[in-house]
Amino acid sequence: MDISNIIIAVCVVGGTGLLFGILLAVASFVFEVKKDERVEKILAVLPGANCGSCGYAGCGAYAEAVAGETAPVNGCTVGKAKVASQIADIMGVADAGAVEEVVARVHCGGDKASAVYKYEYSGILDCVAASKIAGGAKKCLSGCLGLGSCKAACPFDAINIENGVAVVDEEKCQACGKCVRTCPKGLIELIPKKSKVWVGCSNPEQGKFVNQYCKKGCIGCKICEKACPFDAIHVVDNHAIIDYSKCKSCGLCAKKCPRGVIHIKQKPAQPATENKELV
Amino acid sequence: MVLEIVSIILSALLTENFVMVKFYGICPFLGVSKKVETALGMGMAVTFVMALASAFTWIVNKFLLIPFDLVYLQTIVFILIIAGLVQFVEMFMKKSMPSLYSALGIYLPLITTNCAVLGVTLLNVQNYPDSFIYSLLYGVFAALGFTLAIVLMAGIRENLDEERVPESFRGFPITLISAGLMAIAFMGFSGFSI
Repeated sequence: MDISNIIIAVCVVGGTGLLFGILLAVASFVFEVKKDERVEKILAVLPGANCGSCGYAGCGAYAEAVAGETAPVNGCTVGKAKVASQIADIMGVADAGAVEEVVARVHCGGDKASAVYKYEYSGILDCVAASKIAGGAKKCLSGCLGLGSCKAACPFDAINIENGVAVVDEEKCQACGKCVRTCPKGLIELIPKKSKVWVGCSNPEQGKFVNQYCKKGCIGCKICEKACPFDAIHVVDNHAIIDYSKCKSCGLCAKKCPRGVIHIKQKPAQPATENKELV
Repeated sequence: MVLEIVSIILSALLTENFVMVKFYGICPFLGVSKKVETALGMGMAVTFVMALASAFTWIVNKFLLIPFDLVYLQTIVFILIIAGLVQFVEMFMKKSMPSLYSALGIYLPLITTNCAVLGVTLLNVQNYPDSFIYSLLYGVFAALGFTLAIVLMAGIRENLDEERVPESFRGFPITLISAGLMAIAFMGFSGFSI
């Protein structure tokens, strides 16, 4: 083996590479595309979760849309007001506008003790798979299947399955909406964070059937409707639905509900610390 | 001479069609064949890369690799050339055809790893080591054969979208079945020779 063979091989391959490198370097100047500098700046302040809750394919697509002035500066629900104001600075917009803070909440409270099961499911641990078999193991067709497809979809680790029902950790939830799109039963909804009440049932069947399925099912008795002083809760399709534009979170409906369907958010132990780590 | 050229053109386009007979370049064939317009753009990009790659690799092989006894480095040198060309095409497209650039997306840089391109360069130095013209001709028409296949496929898929396909066959399954049927149709050319 002659050493010159190696040197020639290195020179030929290296030389070819170098030649192409130089040509490409020249070409990159000739074909340079003026990029909007703001896109990269906006991308830098975005959370980078690529969750898609802004309605664009990812943080990059949203940043381009903002720079192209086709998207609002306050479109990022994960980054909230802080990111909105930063983007407003980059774009030279005076007012970022308010970001409606929302949070994911589950319209089902039928845990293992309350719900009636029609069979024991032992298939793949995935809600979509389970929902294909007679609508899932619970008798209630609107019941949380509790197999954690939403938990798997959550990029922020904010959902836990507690006793057969998905429960959202509101401190961790960034309202990206991935769980909303994942749930085969459509039980998760993005609800204004400032509101403290939500209905833990979405079964559209009549009360006498719901009674057979679940101890925590809404039977459409309308006691909450009568209790609400703001006309914010109504029974539609045999279950209560809250109109959050009117709701003042007084909690009267939850107190009056005979079946404990309406959930009240418990106050966190240490209030007034939120957003501190973000700022 | 004329007969040979016609035979190269026919074999590259039909009887040895890169996608349908040799099964090269299946990735972009399935990935970018949703619309005729983008399929045509992809075909043109591949044609450009394959024509230039055929020319460059033939020259490099003839005047660099063979004299220095470095034929064993063919694959790596050819890939280097192809990667450089693809990068060049990408810059060119980004500048002059931004809409096509974003429509092709990831499949544009993936031309680098498109085995059709490396395949044509390796077949060229194997089959036509002494004729630059034949190499170039084979490269261009093999690429046009790829374009033909991908555009036909895109036309079929555009029509498939409006058909009532059974649910379990929708999307990729029916696309793969159509591709298989197209390949069978192209086999009809195989007895064809001059």
